[in-house]
Amino acid sequence: MALSREQLAQRVAQELKDGFYVNLGIGIPTLVANYIPQDIEVMLQSENGLLGMGEFPTEETIDADLINAGKQTVTAVDGASFFSSAESFAMIRGGHVDLTVLGAFEVDEQGSIASWMIPGKLIKGMGGAMDLVAGADNIIVTMMHADKKGNSKLLPKCELPLTGFGCIKRVLTDLAFMAIKDGAFHLLERAPGVSVEEIVAKTAGKLIIPVEVPEMRF
Amino acid sequence: MAGLNKVVGSYEEALKGLSNDMTVMVGGFGLCGIPEGLIAQMVKSGVTGLTAISNNAGVDDFGLGLLLKTRQIDTMIASYVGENATFEQQMLSGQLKVILTPQGTLAEKIRAGGAGIPAFFTATGYGTPIAEGKETREIDGRHYVLEPSLTADFALVRAWKADTMGNLVFRKTAANFNPMMATAGKITVVEAEHIVEPGELDPDHIHTPGIYVNRVIQGKFEKRIEQRTVKAAPVIL
Repeated sequence: MALSREQLAQRVAQELKDGFYVNLGIGIPTLVANYIPQDIEVMLQSENGLLGMGEFPTEETIDADLINAGKQTVTAVDGASFFSSAESFAMIRGGHVDLTVLGAFEVDEQGSIASWMIPGKLIKGMGGAMDLVAGADNIIVTMMHADKKGNSKLLPKCELPLTGFGCIKRVLTDLAFMAIKDGAFHLLERAPGVSVEEIVAKTAGKLIIPVEVPEMRF
Repeated sequence: MAGLNKVVGSYEEALKGLSNDMTVMVGGFGLCGIPEGLIAQMVKSGVTGLTAISNNAGVDDFGLGLLLKTRQIDTMIASYVGENATFEQQMLSGQLKVILTPQGTLAEKIRAGGAGIPAFFTATGYGTPIAEGKETREIDGRHYVLEPSLTADFALVRAWKADTMGNLVFRKTAANFNPMMATAGKITVVEAEHIVEPGELDPDHIHTPGIYVNRVIQGKFEKRIEQRTVKAAPVIL
């Protein structure tokens, strides 16, 4: 079975380590916050100027001056800090964020990512995504392995305008968890019940398959 | 003698000198931390041909969206414009020139502009469409794009507290682009929620020193929320 949105978030959450500062993108990455293990401490960075993002507020504590990068009202945890956008991207560009999780339309075997524009269809802007992928060393991209027609989104070369060039090292899709290195996708894990054959069939880019491909565990 | 008292009594006075074809920076992230009264005054003034520099373009009926609706903006420099249908339609039809800029690069362009740095190298955007036509350089094995800095004729800023000398304190995530923009305007106008006397702000807690600020006006804010999200109320049995 392909992973659900919640399972994608759960699998990413397994990569969180105690003491991490983490930036979660909009969409599935945001859900990762719901699965942070109880026994570790992490701080969530929101690029509009908040380190230490907490849960959603109540009607009583809602504050128009306190939002996240998705423009949702949020709260700040004890130990949080607020700062300008320049300071925020100094953290990001300077490589101080330990893990960045974001979505994508396409990723290719060179580690390039396209996530911000579909010419003629969707032009909303890149927001902070280009800075995030350029600044972070440890990035996990969460995305669908293929579109509804079965066309692969893991390509030899991205077809859409790039967000970043050669910067992605790990991709989690609804079918598989993969590393990208030396110009190829390397299959690390498969979703429970998903066959290696299905992953091969839906991966257009070069795919390296080890002898054993364990199933993800939840 | 006005001395260093920068408080003005009306929005007309706050935007005195703003004219057609000028470049205007407007603080805010989405609708959070925007100078609402100064935007309303720009609409009222009828100036046209503006180049607006702001992270977003507001929504259709609030924030910078108001100035798009009246077609007062010719060119928009922003990082994300997804929430505004008017914007998208004017951009696709070519009525509006849009320079999409990565958010961190936009923030740094403004910071650099205010700090007298004409351009800087960043890895952001290397190998993507936004690097096209720009100088690139390899430094210690990594590729960088040369990005020119930004300044503006007017910077419109929202602060939580200002003293009459223009020292500023921002609140929570309403700071966003406001502190950098305050430094990058030939004329920086601050719309403050509270105006206090010099000495009332602890000098250790001032985010923006008054040297950058030219005018201060007492604002009134609706503080509209774009995505009102609350957690489910606990069930009391």
